Amino acid sequence: MNGLQKAIAKAHRNDRAAKILMTACGICVTLVPILIGLFLFYRGTDTFTLFSHSLTEFLFSGVWNPSDTAEGGGKVGAAMFITGSLAVCLLSLLLTLPFSMAAALFMTEIATPQVRRLLQPAIELFTGIPSVVYGFVGLTVLIPFLKSIFPMPFSFSLLAAGIVLAIMIFPTITTMSADALASVPQSWREASYGLGATRWETIVHVVIPAAKGGIATGIILGLARAMGEALAVAMVIGQMKVFPTSFFLPASTLTTAISADMGGAMEGGEYNAGLWTMALLLFLLSFAFIFLIHYIHDLATRKGEKKA
Amino acid sequence: MNDSHFAAKKRVDHIMTAFFRFGAWFAVLLLIAFVGYVMVEGCRCLTADMLSFTEKGLFNTLYLVFLSLVFSAVGGIPAGVYLAEYAHKGHLVKGIRMAVETLSSLPSIVVGLFGYLVFIVIPHSEWNMLAGALTVSILMLPLLTSVTEDALRTLPESYRLSSYGLGASQWQTVLHVLLPAAFPRIMTGLIMAAGRGFGEAAALMFTAGMSTDIRWDDWDLCSPSCPLNPLRPSETLTLHIWALRTEALEANANEQAAACSAILMILVVSFSLIARYLSYRIDKKMGGN
Repeated sequence: MNGLQKAIAKAHRNDRAAKILMTACGICVTLVPILIGLFLFYRGTDTFTLFSHSLTEFLFSGVWNPSDTAEGGGKVGAAMFITGSLAVCLLSLLLTLPFSMAAALFMTEIATPQVRRLLQPAIELFTGIPSVVYGFVGLTVLIPFLKSIFPMPFSFSLLAAGIVLAIMIFPTITTMSADALASVPQSWREASYGLGATRWETIVHVVIPAAKGGIATGIILGLARAMGEALAVAMVIGQMKVFPTSFFLPASTLTTAISADMGGAMEGGEYNAGLWTMALLLFLLSFAFIFLIHYIHDLATRKGEKKA
Repeated sequence: MNDSHFAAKKRVDHIMTAFFRFGAWFAVLLLIAFVGYVMVEGCRCLTADMLSFTEKGLFNTLYLVFLSLVFSAVGGIPAGVYLAEYAHKGHLVKGIRMAVETLSSLPSIVVGLFGYLVFIVIPHSEWNMLAGALTVSILMLPLLTSVTEDALRTLPESYRLSSYGLGASQWQTVLHVLLPAAFPRIMTGLIMAAGRGFGEAAALMFTAGMSTDIRWDDWDLCSPSCPLNPLRPSETLTLHIWALRTEALEANANEQAAACSAILMILVVSFSLIARYLSYRIDKKMGGN
């Protein structure tokens, strides 16, 4: 075998080895979320199997009093954490949506290209700011400020958490919406103006309906981020284990309960199992958000095909 | 009658335009005030005696992000190459895409719990930096995979064809032509991932630990106080802020947290500016051809 043949044989061998290696890495990446899901499932179902609580108790009962032992016998009702999470998410969405939409529409429809080139990177920059920094500023600035204008028994409250989350998800929703609005063909706007519509009428009747799939995706991504955020919320919500009955009172969410109590709960105990079940719920929720995004995307493309 | 109708329409248009302008500028000013506050507070509070801890926290942060970048690059870049170059359209590719997407949307506390279970509870180990780095690398994985895939896909087909034409195998093409050409974009992805890693806290709470004990003169890798030993507990800047604000055992907790926040902010903003500048340069170069 001469040198050339050897080199060719070596190249073929390397080629095959590389192919196997790359495929293996691809499969490994797929395995990671599956493994995460399996481990969470394995630990999270202990509440139902080992400690024989019912799913309805976990989801709808408000009595959270699990025992920190392996014998169990406590009450595992996570309804107040679930409602707390939902309340904080919806509040933050309500607070941020007018500003996000205004900023996205301003960037795409009103501002000059120069202003847009300045604004969009500035807003995108904020997606990377660490959540503890948001929490820290919320704690040192927002809470004293809220206390000075509202009569609150504690300075920590659902409202403070909602505002901090609103600031956190503002960049996500704004950039996604701005991208969706910018991808609406310019000719549609021109056609609308040609029919005598004002800019506002064009925005309401042409641009927003055309971009609503992308805007919905942005909102869901924002919601998913708000749902999964732990530390920034934990710093300002006060972590009182009660149902969220007022904006001005402390509450708890799924993530704050996990971050506060997981470190102290006994491994293998009922308390621990309850917290794992909450983590499993968070995992399933983020999975549901992904499916929702795909569903909206499919709906939009199918509709587009039908029209074409 | 017609005139007033038009006037009303115009008025609504003006009002809504003003509203959008107000909303956008209000939000932007709020964000600028936010950054300004953190920077000013942080610099005011950053005194010499505080530097001793923040220095350790900063070192831990940088070291941990470096380790997790290495781990996620080892897994994520080949996975991206597979998706772009080797995979055929089919269920497997669809599955991988779905997996990458799911991974990128998981709450970091959920990933943190997974890391706690797999890297701490199962091997019966103490909190350590390696576990933290592996957990953060799971969070970086989807970003690196999709950036690598996009980078390879945007390369012109002629690069591949000319390489094959010279008799190169697929692997030689990937290694000697495609990866070098895609390197700047992958680099941008790595910098973005690093920016994300600096700010990570929830994933580290149960993995990297809340204490640190390093001595700068100890360079024996097995000793628990050696800075480079990855099997020691390591509190990062983000965890330090969290611990200070929730436990608040120290008198100057507020000042320390402010200083840590400012350092983190500088790290994150400068990394994202570098990534932005790089991708701007790449686009300009590619557009110029």
